[in-house]
Amino acid sequence: MEITIYLEKKASTKKVLFKGKTVADLLAKLNLNQETVLVVRKDQVLTKNESLKPKDKIEILSVVSGG
Amino acid sequence: MKCPQSVEKHSVMLSQETAERSASYSPHLGAQIARAKQPSAKAESSLAILCTKCSENAIIELQHGAVCRNHFISYFEEKVFATIKKYKLIDRNDLIAVACSGGKDSQAALHLIKKYFVQENLPLKNIIALAIDEGIKGYRDKTLADLRKFCKDEKVQLKVVSVKKVLGHTLDAALKKVKRKKLNYKPCHLCGVWRRYLLNKTAREMGTTKVITGHNLDDEAQVILMNWFKANTSLAAHLGPISGTQEHAQFVPRVKPLYFCTEKETKLYSFLKKIPVGFQECPYAEEGYRAHIRDLLNDFEQKYSGTKQGIINSFLDLLPLLKTAASRAPINSCTVCHEPANQKVCNACKILGELNG
Repeated sequence: MEITIYLEKKASTKKVLFKGKTVADLLAKLNLNQETVLVVRKDQVLTKNESLKPKDKIEILSVVSGG
Repeated sequence: MKCPQSVEKHSVMLSQETAERSASYSPHLGAQIARAKQPSAKAESSLAILCTKCSENAIIELQHGAVCRNHFISYFEEKVFATIKKYKLIDRNDLIAVACSGGKDSQAALHLIKKYFVQENLPLKNIIALAIDEGIKGYRDKTLADLRKFCKDEKVQLKVVSVKKVLGHTLDAALKKVKRKKLNYKPCHLCGVWRRYLLNKTAREMGTTKVITGHNLDDEAQVILMNWFKANTSLAAHLGPISGTQEHAQFVPRVKPLYFCTEKETKLYSFLKKIPVGFQECPYAEEGYRAHIRDLLNDFEQKYSGTKQGIINSFLDLLPLLKTAASRAPINSCTVCHEPANQKVCNACKILGELNG
């Protein structure tokens, strides 16, 4: 499926195509450790098992500070 | 500085706490399976994990079970307040300086300290936010803008100290000199030395009795491993919920109420509380040794939940011994500025001497 993600750390938005259907699948596709990000949809924080839907708009917030 | 009075009981008390938290947040397996078979309307369209304390969707999986928004906020705040009480981080008569950078950790700490003061009926005028402006163009000015807005909203007095005004250099200018003079100082070292120096000096001159920092469990676990890997035992003695190894008239004790909160938990709390923190990356941030340790720990944590907490628990068992050994080392007075120093000249003046010489 294709979803749109906003990466806080890079302040950029992009579309991502991936085969799975959960948050964990998306993070694996993006090579991101679950400990280092919060995944947010419509202001709701998602756990790794949550299903994603085509055309979802997902925010990926960085847990690690930039200082 | 005095060792935390209850550190020697830490392991036992933590075990009790862990058991209580486990009982509190871990699900009864049967109940969880029943809920999974009959999902609530909120969770029916997904594989969402449910809160182990209610039927809401969980937003985070903790070591001892998943929790929803409201139960996470309660868990996080209770953990911070329990840390303050257990280690006696705040006394009723303390005048508190909260060291703020404008980042999520220190702003969460400030928000929580204010909440703690309200809960304990302590005077809010005894809280001051203290920020050091190192002079990093395009970075610190933005984080300080966030901080000014936050302090205004929280109605907390803010004191900003300029490194340029007190020590004569912005960090930007100092690092250009370091490069020109081919001195062997990394940006984070120079920045850290000057920040700690000015935090202590200013806090003492303002008459504050404690400095609160936003150090979290990840920060502490990283430094413990770094010191361990590099055999810096004496430096490790300065760690713990209360920094330092002995009391000294010129040292204002630095304390860490977020000591048992992971960085992810702190970020989540800041997000849920809508604490205004934009992601700003310091231009001098390096992917060096510490970043490798951070990544190593996060890899372990993802595979073996509880790794970071385990490092902290083990370390706290050893800490009284480390502090006792380190407390025998004398603290000198810097021959240049008369601030506390390990050597004849403090690190801040040593760096200044090389830059100005």
